[in-house]
Amino acid sequence: MQRYSIFSLLRNAVSYHRNWPEAWRSPDPKPSYQVVIIGGGGHGLATAYYLAKEHGITDVAVLEKGWLGGGNTGRNTTNVRSNYILEKNQRFYEFSLKLWEGLSRDLNFNVMFSQRGVLITAHFDPQTQALLRRGNGMRVIGSDAVFLTREEVQRKVPVLDFSPTARFPITGAFLQPRAGVARHDAVAWGFARAADARGVDIIQNCEVTGIRVERGRAVGVETTRGFIAAKKIGIAVAGHTSHVAGMAGLRLPIESHLLQAMVTEPIKPFLQVSLSFGAGHFYTSQTDKGELVMGGDLDGYNSYAQRGNLPMIEHVAAAAVTVMPSIARLRIMRHWAGIMDMTMDGTPIIAKTPVDGLYIDGGWCYGGFKATPGSGWVFAYTIARDRPHELNEPFGLERFARGYTIDERGVGPYPALH
Amino acid sequence: MLIPCPHCGQRPHSEFTYGGDATLRRPSDPALAADEEWLDYLYLRDNPRGLHREFWHHTLGCERWIEVRRDTLTHRIEGASATGARRGTRT
Repeated sequence: MQRYSIFSLLRNAVSYHRNWPEAWRSPDPKPSYQVVIIGGGGHGLATAYYLAKEHGITDVAVLEKGWLGGGNTGRNTTNVRSNYILEKNQRFYEFSLKLWEGLSRDLNFNVMFSQRGVLITAHFDPQTQALLRRGNGMRVIGSDAVFLTREEVQRKVPVLDFSPTARFPITGAFLQPRAGVARHDAVAWGFARAADARGVDIIQNCEVTGIRVERGRAVGVETTRGFIAAKKIGIAVAGHTSHVAGMAGLRLPIESHLLQAMVTEPIKPFLQVSLSFGAGHFYTSQTDKGELVMGGDLDGYNSYAQRGNLPMIEHVAAAAVTVMPSIARLRIMRHWAGIMDMTMDGTPIIAKTPVDGLYIDGGWCYGGFKATPGSGWVFAYTIARDRPHELNEPFGLERFARGYTIDERGVGPYPALH
Repeated sequence: MLIPCPHCGQRPHSEFTYGGDATLRRPSDPALAADEEWLDYLYLRDNPRGLHREFWHHTLGCERWIEVRRDTLTHRIEGASATGARRGTRT
């Protein structure tokens, strides 16, 4: 791998940038690997990278049915935060956030991680109390959280509705200063390049069509490019976790739902934080191109369609204009959807399965992007050692049978509500 | 998305509340049901990529539960039927 640096930039400038090497190879699949990872999104690529880096396992293939980062990695709204209320989530996401802080240097690839802060507006007393409780919990485990007064919010985000007639008067805000956004494609590309440099084979346009199980043990995968044997198989396929795990006969506590997102036309720098509206379903941040990228809640019904319906877009736009009236005349340029594998308690599954040699990293609901490095790190550990790390031990499949669900929102087994 | 309510005709889905998988069966005797039966009913789902039998409640219409057959990959609705007191029984 040619390292990216100011010197490589200058050297290539001399030759008019015609001689940059490809960022990763495109090898043909070998007949067998020690580990096969299904899914070339952020999580799968991060897993392959940490298998090679932390555990010295380089005989690894990442199989991707389309192109790298073409699924939810390229469809999310790029938020990175660790502002959870339950301790098991806090510790895991804080670990992930710490990896983000050193990620560009670690990968020698600029993932454009911008710690601009994630801010949730407060409007009501009970909500304020809940946010304070959440922030205090985060500070207890060593993360960062501050509560801003109305005046401090107004100085930081003057574009919100502070008028006397505001429908939801802003009384304060909850801020995690170290949270922020990152460039999602760069995360896939950075992990792919760094994993490839350590010997991982990344194979695109190779769809897994079956998982071969012999005497309770996974022995390989059927693909559109033939059978590939593997001692261990990791599933990291976001919205299709039930579908792929079903190939090995597993039935999971997951429903697949769709979540929409959209961007406005680009405008000049306008919003300096990643904003969450505390009185409705709306969050937004401004991209480096100037677009406001925004999203809301799930459409609310099972779907594998990667597209949603207009009522939710109208709902998100209405909430956006409620809290930021000045964007009312902005046009929405694009909208799309991703498939969320919603678990029954809203918490991911990073675990061994009842099939030997088969591991699942899924059920990310709509929070997978921020977890990318942390998820890859603990999933690599789980695959390499055949047991979970203490950070992902609570995220096992058996928690549902045993009654140890981790229900961040406290809504029970209703996936669409998490 | 338009849902053909058997009582009201074609209505926009925003009038409805989603009720989830219609093939699940609640354990008939809760006191005697094994843990595995509760696990199966409460948590495990087929989550099909294709035809899905699901409940919708016509909240802003006739306020009745209906069962809809919908393709989760295309959102095409193949049909809908009245459920009456049938909720929770596997047929």
